[in-house]
Amino acid sequence: MPVITYREALNQALREEMARDDRVFLMGEEVGVYNGAYKVSKGLLEEFGEMRVVDTPITELGFAGVGVGAAMVGLRPIVEFMTWNFALLAIDQIVNAAAKMLYMSGGQYPMPMVFRGPNGAALQLSAQHSQAFESWLAHIPGLKVVVPGTPYDAKGLLKSAIRDDNPVIMLEGEMLYNTKGEVPEEDYLVPIGKADLKREGSDCSIITSGKMVLVAMNAADKLAQDGIHIDVVDLRTVRPMDVEAITASVKKTNRAVVLEEGWEIAGIGAQVVDYIQRDCFDHLDAPVIRVHQADTPMPYAKGLERAAKPDLGKTIAAVRKVMYLD
Amino acid sequence: MATKVFMEALSPTMEEGRLVKWLKNEGDAVKTGDLLAEVETDKAVMELSARGDGILRKRIVGEGVTAPVGALVAVIATKDEDIAALVAGAGAPAVAAAAPPATAATPAPAAAASSAAAPARAAPVPQGTPTPATTAGGGRVRTSPLARRLAGEQGLDLGAVQGSGPAGRIIKRDIEAAIAGGGARAATGAAPVPRRAVSGNAFDDVALTQIRKTIAKRLAESIGPIPTFYLTAEFNLDRAAEMRTAAAELGPEFKVSFNDIVLKATATALQQHPEVNAHWLGDRIRHFNTVHLGMAVATDDGLIVPVIFNAEQKRMSEISAEAKVLAKKARERKLKPEEFTGSTFSVSNLGMMQIDQFTAIINPPECAILAIGAIEDKVIVAPDGSFGVSKRLRVTMSCDHRVIDGAVGATFLQTLRRLIENPLLLVF
Repeated sequence: MPVITYREALNQALREEMARDDRVFLMGEEVGVYNGAYKVSKGLLEEFGEMRVVDTPITELGFAGVGVGAAMVGLRPIVEFMTWNFALLAIDQIVNAAAKMLYMSGGQYPMPMVFRGPNGAALQLSAQHSQAFESWLAHIPGLKVVVPGTPYDAKGLLKSAIRDDNPVIMLEGEMLYNTKGEVPEEDYLVPIGKADLKREGSDCSIITSGKMVLVAMNAADKLAQDGIHIDVVDLRTVRPMDVEAITASVKKTNRAVVLEEGWEIAGIGAQVVDYIQRDCFDHLDAPVIRVHQADTPMPYAKGLERAAKPDLGKTIAAVRKVMYLD
Repeated sequence: MATKVFMEALSPTMEEGRLVKWLKNEGDAVKTGDLLAEVETDKAVMELSARGDGILRKRIVGEGVTAPVGALVAVIATKDEDIAALVAGAGAPAVAAAAPPATAATPAPAAAASSAAAPARAAPVPQGTPTPATTAGGGRVRTSPLARRLAGEQGLDLGAVQGSGPAGRIIKRDIEAAIAGGGARAATGAAPVPRRAVSGNAFDDVALTQIRKTIAKRLAESIGPIPTFYLTAEFNLDRAAEMRTAAAELGPEFKVSFNDIVLKATATALQQHPEVNAHWLGDRIRHFNTVHLGMAVATDDGLIVPVIFNAEQKRMSEISAEAKVLAKKARERKLKPEEFTGSTFSVSNLGMMQIDQFTAIINPPECAILAIGAIEDKVIVAPDGSFGVSKRLRVTMSCDHRVIDGAVGATFLQTLRRLIENPLLLVF
């Protein structure tokens, strides 16, 4: 199986789906001539032309609204945000228009569209450009939110998202675009709402998604050297969440660490912990511990940024704590 | 011994009661269970019954008077007993009302039952228990939900497991260690089959199941520190009498009393029912595989309970001889402490004093005591409808309901009946 980057996997998904269905089109800042701010849309303008690959002005609210309108009249738009930090400007279209259109129109207007772009912190992009919005978006009924952590899942989930008749939010990661993994050449889908057990272990579950999957896998490698075997549950979709996968893992290991990129308060991890306490109460041998970003705007200073982010060391410490080792 | 009659809490919420009507006059003879008075509670008019035998010597609370729960309302005593001090002490009923349940329950003992003795171990405090993972306030055991579930499935007593988690929290590995270490403690109870299996230990500690804990707590709340109930049975002593006569004809060394026969039969039955031959240790129950039989002896100083150790291994003649020696030593105040401590079950006999039947008070941490009444010739209707005279003995077992349920006590009495009514079995 070919090993390609996350970026290439997304590019393949876009190309395959645009070729498969001519209602699918891509728009956003720099997606055409510049081949995408992160080169995800490389070669698409050339292949599909400017009717299908549309460069927009720096007007997030405007082009998100154009996307909603296009979806209302039967197209299947993919709206790319240069980063999700900029999508705050478009939040009214996402939350008030896209998420609710099917509901408020009594089923007359499906919203077969995708909002996608990099999410969360890269390196030293400071407070305004380092935010993880999973919980903001997952909070909204009417949206689906997918958070692929590997090239395989990125391609499979983007293809599912494009084919879905509901608005799907896809949260990628600048730091993920260059990561590599095996991706099949043939057409495949990763179902929305299905978690993936990325690694099997009996001692403790780490439940995570997106960029943090890599952190969890590294932590599992390190902990294995101490004889601690981790079940790594990659949620892949945070709305709807795969509760069965979470509870199956926790019932097996009796201990859980929930790892997320964003802030603690009302974070995705809080929802995961709620499912665990509700469905796994009698299986818990320790309180569930969450690992997340510090409750502060992301600092610019390198050392402070490192201290604020969830990372390998914090994850290992959390696992050792729920294992009663420290 | 005088029996104080208290205003009892006759309904769950009753705090005081109005004595509506006395049903006995001063000077009337009363027996345990006799109705003494009608009392109006917060809910209804209820009956106050005697908890001791004797003469109703003094009615302290008059008709129409309201008294708080726990207040002394009358005194039952023997004809000549001096009750002046008791009656005088009743002046301030409010004192008694301060702690109604305790006051009401404790002083109501029946006739001269055993247990006053054994000062060395008055309190049924668990000894040698591994420090339970309780908080300083006592009671709450810290566990993970998983540990709690596993312990429940294994029938493991969490109170006896040492927690290794933060603040002594019991976690999965502690349960696993407890199961691995003390396998015998786990999973007892369910199947009745292995009951007789001899463990080889002097005793086996039995973990408290949830139901057992709840029974212990609820029933203690109901009736006092030891929630006692009473089982009375009447045995046919015809064959025991025949045996006794036949044995005596063999020579003076074979002469035994009915009491000796009952002691021997009790020891034998106890060996088959360790669930009755038990101590309540607060956080668990100890079933003894050997019988140390306490026998209540009245002395001038009061009651004392010397012990026939390993009674289940002793022949009737040995028990008879030992009982004689112990009773004599008791009356001469020559018993050493080790001779009146360590009993696993006690017997109290007032038959020689023409008491038909009575209820004895449990000697904690024991869980039961057998009260032996007088042997009487009675006319009995046989199953075929014919009449005949039969020697009858009434025994009443007081049972600590935290340990012994009604059916368990009754099963023990069935065994005892079988042995006493077929004394030949005692030879085998």
